[in-house]
This record gives sequence, C-alpha cells and structure tokens, in this order.
Amino acid sequence: MSDLTGLTIVEARDGLRKKSFSARELADAHIKAIEKGRALNAFVTETPDLARKMALESDRRIASGEARPLEGLPLGIKDLFCTKGVLTTAGSHILDGFKPPYESTVTRNLWDAGAVMLGKLNMDEFAMGSSNETSYYGPVTNPWRRKGANTKLVPGGSSGGSAASVAARMVLGATGTDTGGSIRQPAAVTGIAGIKPTYGRCSRWGIVAFASSLDQAGPMARTVRDCAIMLKTMASHDPLDSTSVDMRVPDYELAMTGEVRGLRVGIPKEYRLDGMPGEIETLWQKGIAWLRDAGAEIVDVSLPHTKYALPAYYIVAPAEASSNLARYDGVRFGLRVPGKDITSMYENTRAAGFGREVQRRILIGTYVLSAGYYDAYYIKAQKLRSLIARDFDEAFEKVDVLLTPTAPGPAFGIGEKTDDPISMYLNDVFTVTVNLAGLPGLSVPAGLNDEGLPLGLQLIGKAFDEGTLFRVGEVIEKAAGPTSRPQAWWEV
Amino acid sequence: MTTAVITTRTDQGPLIDGATGKWEVIIGLEVHAQVLSKAKLFSGASAEFGAEPNAHVSFVDAAMPGMLPVINRYCVEQAVRTGLGLKAKINHSSIFDRKNYFYPDLPAGYQISQYKSPIVGEGEVIVDLPGGRAITVGIERLHLEQDAGKSLHDQHPELSYVDLNRAGVALMEIVSRPDLRSSEEAAAYLKKLRAIVRYLGTCDGNMEEGSMRADVNVSVRKPGAPLGTRCEIKNVNSMRFVAHAVDYEARRQIDVIEGGGKIAQETRLYDSKKGETRSMRSKEEAHDYRYFPDPDLLPLELDVDWIASIQKTLPELPDDKKARFMREYGLNAYDAGVLVAERESAAFFEEVAKGRDGKLAANWVVNELFGRLNKEGLSISESPVSATANGAIVSMIGDGTISGKIAKDVFEIAWTEGGDPKEIVEKRGLRQVTDTGTIEKAVDAVIAANPGKAEQAKAKPALVGWFVGQVMQATGGKANPQAVNEMLKAKLGIVG
Repeated sequence: MSDLTGLTIVEARDGLRKKSFSARELADAHIKAIEKGRALNAFVTETPDLARKMALESDRRIASGEARPLEGLPLGIKDLFCTKGVLTTAGSHILDGFKPPYESTVTRNLWDAGAVMLGKLNMDEFAMGSSNETSYYGPVTNPWRRKGANTKLVPGGSSGGSAASVAARMVLGATGTDTGGSIRQPAAVTGIAGIKPTYGRCSRWGIVAFASSLDQAGPMARTVRDCAIMLKTMASHDPLDSTSVDMRVPDYELAMTGEVRGLRVGIPKEYRLDGMPGEIETLWQKGIAWLRDAGAEIVDVSLPHTKYALPAYYIVAPAEASSNLARYDGVRFGLRVPGKDITSMYENTRAAGFGREVQRRILIGTYVLSAGYYDAYYIKAQKLRSLIARDFDEAFEKVDVLLTPTAPGPAFGIGEKTDDPISMYLNDVFTVTVNLAGLPGLSVPAGLNDEGLPLGLQLIGKAFDEGTLFRVGEVIEKAAGPTSRPQAWWEV
Repeated sequence: MTTAVITTRTDQGPLIDGATGKWEVIIGLEVHAQVLSKAKLFSGASAEFGAEPNAHVSFVDAAMPGMLPVINRYCVEQAVRTGLGLKAKINHSSIFDRKNYFYPDLPAGYQISQYKSPIVGEGEVIVDLPGGRAITVGIERLHLEQDAGKSLHDQHPELSYVDLNRAGVALMEIVSRPDLRSSEEAAAYLKKLRAIVRYLGTCDGNMEEGSMRADVNVSVRKPGAPLGTRCEIKNVNSMRFVAHAVDYEARRQIDVIEGGGKIAQETRLYDSKKGETRSMRSKEEAHDYRYFPDPDLLPLELDVDWIASIQKTLPELPDDKKARFMREYGLNAYDAGVLVAERESAAFFEEVAKGRDGKLAANWVVNELFGRLNKEGLSISESPVSATANGAIVSMIGDGTISGKIAKDVFEIAWTEGGDPKEIVEKRGLRQVTDTGTIEKAVDAVIAANPGKAEQAKAKPALVGWFVGQVMQATGGKANPQAVNEMLKAKLGIVG
C-alpha cells in the first residue's frame, strides 16, 4: 500500500470505492501523520478514537453499498466550528473547556456525507490574525521552509492549522473560515487551494462569530477539484441562519471542464501596489499568460475604491467583533476569573481570557461604534463598502472573473511581524475587498518563488459563481505544474 | 429608551399649584407590552410565564457561541396588527439593531431591538376622560425588541442567580408623544392602550405578571413655557402606580425648581412601597449603547398584501364598538364606554342584548351584573350567571313577567344557587301579578283600611307612592307596580 496521506480527495474517494484500501486504513494513516507532525502545532484537539469509529461506519456503508458522497474521507476542522461534545476553543483561553452541546451546520453536513473527523485545528484567536500567532495554543509552523534555511515560518492565518495540516499531509482537506482572507492567504502561503464562497453560501450557524457580515466558511485542500467536492457538501441553505441563501448548490465538478476559451479575465490595476515584491508581479504575469494561452481574453479593469478596503474592513470587522465577543463574560461557559463584584468578574475574565490582538480589536470596535464616532467611522465604512461592491458590479459587466495575487508576499518568519499590527494587516490587502463585497474568492497554488516558498493567485467571481472559479482555478493549477510537496522535516 | 419629545397637544392641561404659581405637567409613556406568542422573538423557545427557572432557554437565548437569531414571523404579525390597531403607519422595511451593554441577565451582551427604523411609525390613541372629555394621544412609534432575563439576588448570600426564561421574549415598545397632562390622563391612556392590545389579542395586558409595564417621562413647566427637563421613571407596573409616580414626580420637580434648583435629566426608579421616585443614574452615567444594525438579521421587509390581509382580520376596536353600541342600542356614552372597556364585557353584553331592549340590557349588565362582579372581585368570564341567564332575566323584566325588584331576587338566586331564571320565577311563584282582578282586590283593601290617607291623597297626589308600597307589600311584591299605580290613581281620583 502506497502512502495514503499523499492522496488527493479525488484519489482517496476512488480508492475507497474500488476498495483498494479501507476507510479505517485511510484514517489510521492520517492519525499517524498527525502524531508525527505534532511539531507543527496544527491541532488543538486530536480525535483519533472518533475518527476510527467514523471510519468503521464508513467501511460498513461502503461494504453494504450505502456510501455517501464523502464516505470515509478524513478531514480536519478549524477550531471555530462548534463540534458536539468535542472541545471548541476558537484559539482562545476564554473558551477553556467549552464542549458545545451542538454541531455546526457545515460540519453536520460533512459528517452526514460520511466524512471522518481527525480533530480540531489551531487558528488565530477568534480568527483575528494573518499568521496564526495570536492563538492561545501557540503558533502553527508552516511545513514549508526557505531553501537551505531552518527559520520557522508562519502558515498564514487565521486558518493556519487548517493550511498547515493540509500542506503537511495530515488531513485530506480541512474546513476554514474567511472574514478578510483567512482561507485564501494561508492557502497561498502553504501551497494549497482554498475558497471563500459567496456570503450566504455556507451556513454560519454553529461557527463562533468574528464579524457576522463578513464571516464565511469554506474548504481548504490540496487541489481545486478537492475544494469543489468539499464545498458541494459544506454549502446548504440553513433556515437557522437568516443570512444563508436559499439557492440550489450546484455540482461544481460538472462546471470544471478545463475550458476557458473566450472567458473574459479582468486584471484590476489597483491591485498593483507600490513596493510590492517583484516576485508577486512576476507570478501575476505568469497567471495572466497561462490564461491567455488557454484562450481566455485578458481585460484591464479598474476597481477605484480598492485603497479604502483595508481601512473600511478594520472598522466594520472590529465593530461587529466587539459586539459578538460580548457574550464571553464568564457567566455561562468557558473561563471565569472571580472578582469582588460582577464588573470586576467581567474585567478579570476578559483581561485574562482574551489575547492582545483580540483586545485591540474589541477596543477599536467599541470606539468606532461609540456615540459621536459612529457616523465618522462605522457609517463611513459602510458607505465605502457599498462603493467597493459597486466597483465589482461594474467590473463584472465587462469580465467573467478577476485575477489577482492572493497575498502580497510569501510566508514570513514567526515573530517577524507581531510587533507591527499595520504590516500584519497588510497581508489581507488583496483579500478583504472580496469579503466586503460578499463575493467568492479562490486561492490557487501557482508555484514556488526563488526561495522555494509557495505563492498563490486569487480568482474573484460573481456572486454564487463558484463554478467558474473552480473551472478557471483548475486551469491555472494545471499550468503551474504538479503540486509540490514540502520536505517532511518535522516528522519525528 | 427612544423618548418622543414633540407634543401634538395644543390645548392646555389641568394645572397644579406651586408656591410661585400654576404648573403644567407634561407626560409621555414608553409602554413595554409582551407580545402574545407561544415562542420567543428569535428562538423557538417557549415564551410561557411561570415555568421553573431556566426551563425555557434555547442555545440562542443563552447566547452560546455560534448561535444565530431567526425572526419569529408570528411576533412580526402581532406587531403589525398592533400598529394597525393604533391606526399607525406600518413601515414596509425596518431594521433590527443591537443595543450593547453588559449585564448577567443579558447573555449576548446586547439586546436586539429596533432603533432608527422601527416596524411601526406614527399613530394615535383616543382617550376618554371622566366628564365626557376625550383627548388624542400621539403615538411616535412601536418597535419590536427582546426582553432580558431576570437576576435573582436573594438566593445566595454572596452570589446572584440568573433566570433566562424571559430572555428573548418578544416585547413591543410603544412610545407615546408627551401628550399627557395629568396623572389621570396617563392612567387613562395606559388603560386604553391595554384595552386595544387585549382586543387585538397581541398582548394579554397582565401588568401583575409584567406583560405590560411603563417607563414614564415626566417634566413640568409654567403654562405656555417651553418643555422642561424630563426625568424617566423606569418600569412602573400598574395604572395606580403610574398615576402615583406622576403625581409624586411632578410635585418633586416643582419643589426643586421653586426651591431654586434645577432638574437633572436622569433615570429614576419608582418605589411602590415608599410611594416615591429615586435617582437611578444621571445622564452622565447613562450607558453608551453603541447601537448598530444586527448583521445576523436581514432588514425586515413586509409584503403590502400581507399587511392588508392582517388588516382584514382586525377585530372591531373599542372606539368603533362604543360608537356602534350608542348607535345600535341607543346607549349613552358612559354605559357604552364601560361596556367596551373589555372585549369580553362587550361580547357578554351583546349576548344579553340580542333580540332584547338594548338600553334595558345595558342598564342591567352595567349596574346589576358588573356591580356584583366588582363586589366579589370576579371577572366577566368568571360570572356564575351566564349571558343567557342574564338575557332571560332582562327578557322577563322587559315583558313585565317580573318587576325590576323581583329581577334582583331572581339574579341573587341564580348567582348563589344556580338554575334557569325562568324556572326560578315559575317554581317560586315570582311571576308578576298583572291580573286586574287580583290587583283591584288588593287596592280596594288598602284604600278601605286607610280612609283618612285616601282623602288626603286627593289633595296631595304624592301620597300615592305610599299606597303603592302598601299594595306591593300586600301582594308579596309580585303586583305590577305600573298597574297598581294606575289603578290607585283612578280609585283615589288623582288626575294625571
């Protein structure tokens, strides 16, 4: 039996169907990889017993011809998704010991489709971060290293554990969430694929909220097609989430024809930043060339309000977060640090329970919603948001899809940017626009830079046009060449 | 919370005396009315009152991580129905906002409410006052919001307990304009509002259980002067307390101003035991609620046809019913007003009056039935004498089968022993004597026994009353008083 952890979801699905190996064998191989990869700190909670139990049920179903769409496929779950009876931390001290008595809709969809849970993945605290360094459970290390160097690099964030575990072959795929780039940026810097679907495509029910109007769950996997397969199951209309959309979920694989002839690909000039590394520009040009060679029509477009996206995002997201995180008060669940009265109990609990970045964003959010500042910040940011969305609407009158870099650079070293929040926030410069407009965005692995680090290209689509993103994404993926694999330096 | 500041009243209200002259008191009410609904506003949990603590709490109510609100369509319908009942503008698009503050009985750390875009806009309520006067009170808005839970401070020496049964229950906040000018008007407004929501079936109006409570805004001014600084008295839970709180607060403010002080805008608490209001927090200590649109909920868009279909199901409301009672039954404004105050009373009356003399029925119901119910502290639905039985009594009075006096006896028997009034009359031989022969015999006997008085009566016709009494006594009260009266007049030779 070959290395089962090296398979894609497509290959594993076929292998299970053909009974080349059992779900139990597939699960065991991944459980072993997780044990050997603990140095990466990708998991907060491993659930091997649960995985084996689920795998046995999958084997039973496969044997009896009752296999479901994701039968026996072992996945990792970002620790922002509530999983029934399994510790759910959101990467925060304040959720100490929190075992939800309910299952999020997205993970419920996955388990109902036969997927197997390997455990809960590390992440930036409350999904606030771009490097997975704000986690109470410590930073995650990127499986990739610069050529000839031992420097530990970040896996991006906030879905850093998801990205690292997929890249390191510890899971076949993982769930992520993306509020400002938290799926796409880590996917890009770990050489995997990841999509933030259209807002409303996946239910937010049971996902610990960061910024409700921006949060969206999505898959992260080693190929674009694997993401398409996962999203087909993750997405659903959920009456429990008023913002989830009542629209049929298409079979995305059917859209993946490999054909992009005549497709109009927009290149937004505002995404060419001053001081952007040359390798990012080179990568972008490569992507443009690949699509042109495949028969697509390249069109220059303008998204004039792009420069306001990051400031608008850092008002809207903290504002919503400051309110969403008020429920962590030590009264009903999680951490409680006693105090002499109720106010000091709140203060003690929240001071101890939230890390610095979360506290910073709660303060920013509280400030921008305060009397006298609301109009100047929050309302203005909402207006900008409308303008940004309108930019996209106008662009999509001329083109079918937009191509941009995913992140402004490759993975950086752990600790390199932690003292400089602004430079950290800049990691999201190409991705936040998509969240503000509620559109789908796919990051596609597009090769390695000169230092041997992965880079990603982003495709932005019209609302609910994920199918086109997968189709174009796969074309780029193929043109970029076979997926490289990091050296397993971390294995003990 | 959302206090109206523009009055629509142009007339001057009753004035109160102060040391420096007359004062006018200006009052506006923010009434919180619990929506009559089986489930809470954003969770499927039961909204029932009186369960064991924390028996009706869903994960949404407890604000567990990842939980999301979903609007209860029926609560929206109830709010629209109430708005229509207040003749108010229904806003086709409204927005739910978060009102942020920390308190243990507010699990999410915010209350979902409506701030800038409420579901219902301007309307009005006509309030009848004693003496036949009526005022129109402007309604500024009605919005939907969640109730909070309850903190229990008396269960443990050091700790407080929290009961979340009420957390998330739907409330309608109905904000009046500062159009009320006396404690009497304030109480009458609240009473009328309560009648309207009870007619509509949108709130049970049970103030003891807290289904209806009022925040009372009070200020005073010299007649004609601009509005003074107001104080808000929180959570007053009976009409009597509202009236009392207004009187106390108005007097307090007048005393402060006349003593050279200034009224500070603040939130006050009404202590019903001590009968006073006390400062809770000043404007400076007021929370910054950081309202913003709840991103978990889409704007509430109402379909015009849906609103129209609710309008069609509206019951006849007190004002219309009162007008109809006056028109159809010939009732006076007072009786009609008393009868329509409760939907059940009005329905009861109509059953009693059906096919009978409406005025007679109203007179009977208002004086006899209500009198007795009030005495026993019973509600109309608890009356031991049914509408059918009361109707039978009214019928028998109407057709002369029994006199009004006997009717009271029959009612008393039906009340205490039960039974069909007709049977009571027959079995106990209470039927009024209309047989002329029998009456004549009694009349003749009384005249014969009192020749002197009979002589005097010719000159002093009022004495006939004494003779009537004697005849009635002689016939055991069963003689028809009208017939007796006429016969006596004839026999005594009294003209007219």
